[in-house]
Amino acid sequence: MMRLDPGAFLAPAVDWLNANFHPLFAVITDVIEAVLGGIEWLFLLPPPFVLIALVAVAGYALGGVKTAILAALCLAYCWVMDLWDASMQTIALVLVAVTIAVGIAFPLGIYAARHRRLEAVVRPILDAMQTVPPWVYLIPAVIIFSLGTVPAVIATIVYGVPPMLRLTTLAFRGVPTDLKELGQAIGAKPRTILFKIELPAATPTLVVGLNQCILLSLAMVVLAGLVGAGGLGAEVTRGLTRMEMGLGLRAGLAIVAVALLLDRLSRGALQGRRKA
Amino acid sequence: MENAEVLIDCQSVWKVFGERNAEAIEAITAQGLSKRDILRDFGCVVGVSDASLQVHRGEIFCIMGLSGSGKSTLIRLLNRLIEPSLGTVLVKGQDISKMDAAALRRTRAEHIGMVFQSVALLPQRNVLENAAFGLEVQGIPRNERNRAAAAALAKVGLSDWTKHYPSELSGGMQQRVGLARALAADPEIILMDEPFSALDPLIRRQLQDEFRQLTKELGKSAVFITHDLDEAIRIGDRIAIMKDGALIQVGTAEDIVMNPADQYVADFVAGISRLHLIKAHSVMVPVVDWDGPVDDLPRCDPEADIDALIAQITETSADALAVQEDGRVVGVVSVRNLLLGVRGEAGTDPIGAEA
Repeated sequence: MMRLDPGAFLAPAVDWLNANFHPLFAVITDVIEAVLGGIEWLFLLPPPFVLIALVAVAGYALGGVKTAILAALCLAYCWVMDLWDASMQTIALVLVAVTIAVGIAFPLGIYAARHRRLEAVVRPILDAMQTVPPWVYLIPAVIIFSLGTVPAVIATIVYGVPPMLRLTTLAFRGVPTDLKELGQAIGAKPRTILFKIELPAATPTLVVGLNQCILLSLAMVVLAGLVGAGGLGAEVTRGLTRMEMGLGLRAGLAIVAVALLLDRLSRGALQGRRKA
Repeated sequence: MENAEVLIDCQSVWKVFGERNAEAIEAITAQGLSKRDILRDFGCVVGVSDASLQVHRGEIFCIMGLSGSGKSTLIRLLNRLIEPSLGTVLVKGQDISKMDAAALRRTRAEHIGMVFQSVALLPQRNVLENAAFGLEVQGIPRNERNRAAAAALAKVGLSDWTKHYPSELSGGMQQRVGLARALAADPEIILMDEPFSALDPLIRRQLQDEFRQLTKELGKSAVFITHDLDEAIRIGDRIAIMKDGALIQVGTAEDIVMNPADQYVADFVAGISRLHLIKAHSVMVPVVDWDGPVDDLPRCDPEADIDALIAQITETSADALAVQEDGRVVGVVSVRNLLLGVRGEAGTDPIGAEA
């Protein structure tokens, strides 16, 4: 009996890519690593308590007292647990991955909201991307970008794009027709309608999308540890391989803390303190 | 009014929805197919069929129809929110379907305001910012647009609410903001798409009166969509009755009530109070057909409505009034004529003369 093996076609393709586009991938690797390194360096520059204070101030500005206290507690936990450096690495990785994922998903999502045919093409691809275990696309990512943070970022992006794209499409579809009509009726340009009418109306759903994107990206952080990206994922992996329950739990809770922090700050930043 | 400048001239406009609308349009022009034929042969829905209307400067033109009659489609054809399938819409003499995007935006921004049934206020902006929004997208500097918006809000009686958010306002107040937003850009024409339909009857009536007064005061023209004939009569200088995408009768409230074009219109106007609609000249018996003496009868104006005539006749001992125009008696209104008028029947039948 014949056995169909997609790997038989894909593996040579990956090899071919690797052989012929190596310089391109090398540049991508360098750029991502430089940006990541820069952000990490920036986070680690001030003493932890200074950064915690700064984040608390930012939290207050973005979401009020509650957000400030919560953000400070989350970061303080990471510090007290002696996972400061790992936490900063993880936050940097998530920030970069989420930024790129949003950069891809947001415009594509708006486009898909306006063109049903594009959505019909994109939707099954997204479903597949979300369902295929991330370990699987980590393999070609490691082959092409070798071990380290870059395949982790790539895998995180692939994981973060679908929810953001889906919710962006939903958000822009959900903008009331009368508001869009209003924009046209007062003679607004398409750009103006997008930024002054559609974007504000879509924001609540977009915030949900961004949260999903951040949380799913954090879920990939453990996986990133597996391919040598460092950060909290590496700590969890170490806890697992050494069967150290304490370390695994501390690092796991630190991931929760980071998730809470990023979630509340991003929510505050996007929604502002507007009236309910 | 008839001699005033024509601001909107809508000439034989059709709108056909559906995938095969191009073929359907061809069939309409070539064979003159009806709405039903189009649905059967092409699976296309005719939203507006062969609608022609003219809106003059300073006039309030009401389009009355039930839901599904195509009135919302028709009003959107007037500022090209919907592209007409066939026909021409001229706004201030310019064919809007030939305008490029920039010219169309300019026309909409400067000449045609629009007010929506759902108000369509932006929830994250306060009342002043909402009222100024039309000017904001035109790139008018903040101070200038805020001044215009504040003036427009003052006209609709919302000066004290500029800093509040739409969610803090009642439905009636929200719709005033919608109107202020349209007025702030100072357009000649305001399109009103069922603006008061969602409001309580009392507030609705108040807004109707205010709207009419304000529009007249500012010398604006308006196209006003409604499903409520009472509203159309209250507000409109002229009324168009719409059914199945076609305008079946256009005229003043009095024309429509006194001479309905078909049974559909007749059924519609059956329940309408004639008291303020019908004037003495429509119910009177011409003086030549009147047997009795006229010299002793109290005098009345040909433009006096039935309500006023009843008030006048009950104050005197007379049972008829002489209609006097330019110092000459032209007709007589008897009690019988008034009763017939209340029922919506013209009073020129000779029986009135025998009373």
